[in-house]
Amino acid sequence: MTAANDVPMARPRAGRDRVVGRTLTYVAATVLALFILVPIYLIAVSAFTPRESAFDFPRSVIPTQVSTDTILFFLNASGVIDAFWRSVIVAIITLGLSLLIGAPAGYAIARYAFRGREGYRLVILATRAFPIVILAIPLAVTYRLWGIDDTVIGVALMHTALALPFTVLITSSVFISVPRELEEAAQTLGCNPLQAFLRVSMPLALPGLAAAAIFTWVLSWNDVFAAVILTLRNPTLPAKILTALTQSPIYFQFAAGFVMLVPSLVVIFFIRKYLLGLWGRVVK
Amino acid sequence: MAEIQIERITKLFKGTRAVDDVSLTIGDGEFMVLLGPSGCGKTTLLRSIAGLEQIDGGRIVIGGRDVTALPPRKRDIAMVFQSYAVFPHMTVFENIAFGLRMHRATKADTDRQVREAAELLHIENLLDRFPAETSGGQRQRIAVARALAMQPQVLLMDEPLSNLDALLRLEARAELKRLLKEIGSTTIYVTHDQVEAMSMGDRVAVMRTGKLVQVADPLTIYDGPVDRFVGGFIGNPPMNFLPVLVERRDGAAVAVLADSGEIRVEGDEALGQRVGPMVLGIRAENVQIVGSDESAALRGRVLVVEPLGSHNLVTLALGSEHLKAITRPDERLEPDQDVGLKIDPGRVRWLDTERGVAFDAEDVAGPGAGRGALTDEERDAAAG
Repeated sequence: MTAANDVPMARPRAGRDRVVGRTLTYVAATVLALFILVPIYLIAVSAFTPRESAFDFPRSVIPTQVSTDTILFFLNASGVIDAFWRSVIVAIITLGLSLLIGAPAGYAIARYAFRGREGYRLVILATRAFPIVILAIPLAVTYRLWGIDDTVIGVALMHTALALPFTVLITSSVFISVPRELEEAAQTLGCNPLQAFLRVSMPLALPGLAAAAIFTWVLSWNDVFAAVILTLRNPTLPAKILTALTQSPIYFQFAAGFVMLVPSLVVIFFIRKYLLGLWGRVVK
Repeated sequence: MAEIQIERITKLFKGTRAVDDVSLTIGDGEFMVLLGPSGCGKTTLLRSIAGLEQIDGGRIVIGGRDVTALPPRKRDIAMVFQSYAVFPHMTVFENIAFGLRMHRATKADTDRQVREAAELLHIENLLDRFPAETSGGQRQRIAVARALAMQPQVLLMDEPLSNLDALLRLEARAELKRLLKEIGSTTIYVTHDQVEAMSMGDRVAVMRTGKLVQVADPLTIYDGPVDRFVGGFIGNPPMNFLPVLVERRDGAAVAVLADSGEIRVEGDEALGQRVGPMVLGIRAENVQIVGSDESAALRGRVLVVEPLGSHNLVTLALGSEHLKAITRPDERLEPDQDVGLKIDPGRVRWLDTERGVAFDAEDVAGPGAGRGALTDEERDAAAG
């Protein structure tokens, strides 16, 4: 009897709880989104308004005048375009190298119980235990000796070294989640081990590989320290901006910030498709 | 379709012999079941035949071709995995077509063979779906269809029904049996479920700790287990085993059970002229309860009566030994009641006391026979 009475009573309350819960979720999501989006918006606005308005106070939230002066001023500053392309190339090489080396390494750790696997796993992380500041001098000397100082490939190698530990760890955990039986099934159906990997494990691991790729891209694109140490006349964009920062006016800094932001957003936007598209299907 | 010859295969895992010197020939079009408790090496043997395990000794010949050194893709086999191993990133159609495409079949052939396989398993309507949008039973069908679409010489199945719920399993079992009969492919089917083995196999190979114990058709295995292990593993309830002392009286053999009476045996071939202590094995349905007859040669006391609908399972005490018997459901028996028993002498197995091997099987039993009764673990596996 009580049960019969409870049910209609409970229903509106459960409904209200759900509405409250959902509202809270949306509020939290909005706050988070604003936390990220407002600075991006302000940087973008400053980059596309006339130079003088960078000093306006109070700042108008909606731009009254749109102008490409500021951004063009930045882009036309000597070496900025070159530095931009250098950064893009460094990031692409880093991305390629770290996936090419890191994904097979992660796969090996996930699939094969070889001697010293646990030790290997630890040692990979240990490379990140040395502060890059300490490595800076010997690194610069070695680069000089090898003749790869102040080159795009030199910076890319450094970034690959920095990104690899994470690429290996991320991809190994991704490959562990792909059942071995799927590869075996592929082999009984006519694949050699490499084909089984490429046709079955790889596609299933794509979301994880995408995550690793985003991580690597951001790491390379944002790195200042290694770039400053290893380049002089051919800096990457962050290195270029850093050296120019102290002597440049504030509107120049806004324009620089905007140019730094856009490529990362574009890359994340494209990789995002793999991140979500596959999870929707694979996850039960 | 092809004959499979397995010649003295051995597979080591970290020093233990997962498969130990196993030889077995499976005829063209035969349905062979590998049966045994978990860890007996049956899956390892199957995976060795598939080429997914490197064997440490022996030879595998499929259809007259030595495939021992060949990778799985060159063995002309197809396998259904216990987990189904359906590719989650491909549609059902792509899953079934996968093997055909890997073998570079033309688009028309691929289409036709996929549709035929899908029709056989009644999953034509699922072809455009992704596996995540199908049920467990449907995924099992997809896995079987994917294997059949290849039209392999040999079909290998690793517990394909064990992930289905009980009701669905019963249905799938009958259907799979019909389907495989229809196709007539040579099949090796691994299971730990003795009912599945009995009901599906042309022959059953019972394995234990890496060795073959007995290979025969299901009824021979049921009626004539070569040792206590097989008798205990196959059948529900397991075969009864009673220690007896066999004597000769007036030319006939008499098996004497301590404190419970005796059984007269007329000219049993398996027994021959043997006398002395041995083990008598009898199936529960071959033990007859003949009421409270005081004059019966064999007597026991009822301990438990379990009504199971189609029959009653009665547990009896014969002195310190327990005996299970099956009676009609309308038989009235009460616990603690003394009853007379009749055992059909023609249905009795005579086993060696020490090794637990049947006398008539000493020369036919496999190398794995006769290493004592089931362990508790094995009994659990048999029951499950």
